[in-house]
Amino acid sequence: MALLLILLPLAAAALAVLLKDSTLRVRLLPATGALHLVLLLLVLRAWRELPHNAWLGLDALGGWVLLVVSVLFLICALYAPSYLSLRPDRDHRVFTVCILAFLGLASLLALARHPGVVWVAMETTTLVTAPLVYFNRNRRSIEATWKYLVLGSVGIALALLGTLFVAYSAHMGGLEEPLHFNRLMAAGASLSRPWLRAGFVLTLVGYGTKMGLAPLHSWKPDAYGETPGIVGALLAGGVTSCAFLALLRIYAVVVAAGEGPFARELLLGFGLLSMVWALVFMVGQVDFKRLLAYSSVEHMGILVFGIGIGGLAARFALFHLAANALVKSVLFLSAGNIHRSYASKQLPQVTGAIRRTPVSAGLFFLGFLAITGLPPFAPFISEFQIASAALTTGHLASGAAFLVLLGGIFLTMSDTVMQVVFGVPSPQRIRTPYKDTFATTAPLVLAMVLALALGIHLPAPLRALLEGASSALEGNPPVPVVSLTGVAQVVQTEVRP
Amino acid sequence: MFTDFLIALTMLTNFTLVATSRVNKAIQLAVFQGILLGLIPIAMGLGKHLHILLVAAAAIAVKGWLIPFLLRRAVTQAHIYREVDPYVGYTVSLLLCAAGTGLSLMLAHSLPLKPGSTPTFLVPAALATLFTGFLLLVSRRKALTQVVGYLVLENGIYLFGLLLVEDMPVLVETGILLDLFVGVFVMGIVINHIHVAFDSTDTSYLAELKD
Repeated sequence: MALLLILLPLAAAALAVLLKDSTLRVRLLPATGALHLVLLLLVLRAWRELPHNAWLGLDALGGWVLLVVSVLFLICALYAPSYLSLRPDRDHRVFTVCILAFLGLASLLALARHPGVVWVAMETTTLVTAPLVYFNRNRRSIEATWKYLVLGSVGIALALLGTLFVAYSAHMGGLEEPLHFNRLMAAGASLSRPWLRAGFVLTLVGYGTKMGLAPLHSWKPDAYGETPGIVGALLAGGVTSCAFLALLRIYAVVVAAGEGPFARELLLGFGLLSMVWALVFMVGQVDFKRLLAYSSVEHMGILVFGIGIGGLAARFALFHLAANALVKSVLFLSAGNIHRSYASKQLPQVTGAIRRTPVSAGLFFLGFLAITGLPPFAPFISEFQIASAALTTGHLASGAAFLVLLGGIFLTMSDTVMQVVFGVPSPQRIRTPYKDTFATTAPLVLAMVLALALGIHLPAPLRALLEGASSALEGNPPVPVVSLTGVAQVVQTEVRP
Repeated sequence: MFTDFLIALTMLTNFTLVATSRVNKAIQLAVFQGILLGLIPIAMGLGKHLHILLVAAAAIAVKGWLIPFLLRRAVTQAHIYREVDPYVGYTVSLLLCAAGTGLSLMLAHSLPLKPGSTPTFLVPAALATLFTGFLLLVSRRKALTQVVGYLVLENGIYLFGLLLVEDMPVLVETGILLDLFVGVFVMGIVINHIHVAFDSTDTSYLAELKD
């Protein structure tokens, strides 16, 4: 059944190519998104152990990341029909096909049990999302697309080299292909150290480019700034989550081989650097979509920082993945609405949006409060827990820097956001026919409510999934799993805390 | 012996690549290099494994026929024949390429290899080719030459992959080739759009977005 998670979106994408009727084609998006989520929840209900030779199968870590991507996709898919009806002049077919294909590839990546398959899935997501960046078909968006494509491809090529290095370290240790993650982790002690270390550095740089960690993020503000909000939401919450998962898969192998401290130091450094870089470029940022892009750089930094601290912080980094994806979807979609209403995304033109688009501007403001870590939203929980874990495990300087950076980012971001939302309306503003409607705001409200609910209470099944996922990061062979190939040989094991 | 000869030729191709100003010639050289790489596994005496033979044949078909077809189409559509005024001149590029090759030899020396029949120059050649790809990517203005750089970069990685060629699952190899092909295909389309939008494929025009 788990195989359907991959096939369903790909089949829907194929159907979208063939369908002539554009209303019907657009309706495929919410239908596929809902079906995918239901399917995923059904798959996650059945906990099983994964045989060592499975090529595809869902473990807790993959399941958690795919759950985040699936929910985010559903939110975007619910928003898509109303958005596309506002842009009748654009190519809806390419748009629909590409985002459906993205969902299928994200599922492939989450289910893949072999580093090579993970790499192929990640590279292909870059290729199918490139046409989405080019949605607006103007000079600025082609520049963004070129940068996205070239930097993404080069980054991902380095990740391939890193993957080959890891494979060679196993080869030197006498391990034969196929190098499934379970086998790699079980044979951790025999892997060749120099190749493994070099491999991790290369995959960190490679997948880090796809995540947008500083200083490898230079495609990010351009791509997020020039695409529609809906694509920005999918890139910031979906593609980056996939790249993070790809990195974590290699990280888990490195930890199992006993090289955890080396990897964590690197992650810590990249995390703090990304936050510093984001803070510097947020100062005086007049373009609110680019502001969100830098916020995304910051939050990718928080993710790897949490993993770098390890232990409880790593678990809350995984939680932060969900919190960030939900709130980023609110921010990008509401920013898209405001952009539509003002036909501009820059500060002197866009001020006082609360009067013109009260719902979108209100949600944008709430999203800002949530993402900068104000209680009771979900990002507060993860940011607080990561900081306290850093301070209590002896990372005093890093923990303190983390808190100072969070404070600084709140202040600089609030400067732009307050003007956009509450500022005095500018005399240069342009009238457009866009008005907030139920269809363009309800999916955002849903995402905001989910982010709030996660911040207040984490349901027991989700907690179990999260614990299983973070245990994989401690070098333990993956626990709760669903396999596709070896149903006959699986052992039923309840994994409940 | 023949393997070492092919690897040496690959490294020499790197030097010719960074020194050429004609786009068509750069494409030809990258294609030539791709075909050389496809021949190496056969020269290593691995032709008896059917799956290796098939993947090598597929690699030669993609790099020697499909990709040049896409690139030549982009050349005729965008009327780009010469790399004009690169960010780094040809002489400096040559010197850098030589320095990179020397560095690769030193670096490869410090990495342990599995004792056995591995050709001695495989790892340094892989690193040197990788470096050449990077050099082309960052030092050239034309979008097409940058794609050639990307191809050379992938060639370097493919060279390294030859260390693992006996083990690598066919599924993964095919996936990598397919991605390379689709990647170049998409880049070709974007280049055409750049040409239409700017009436040039000079990437220095792509500098509107910044902070």
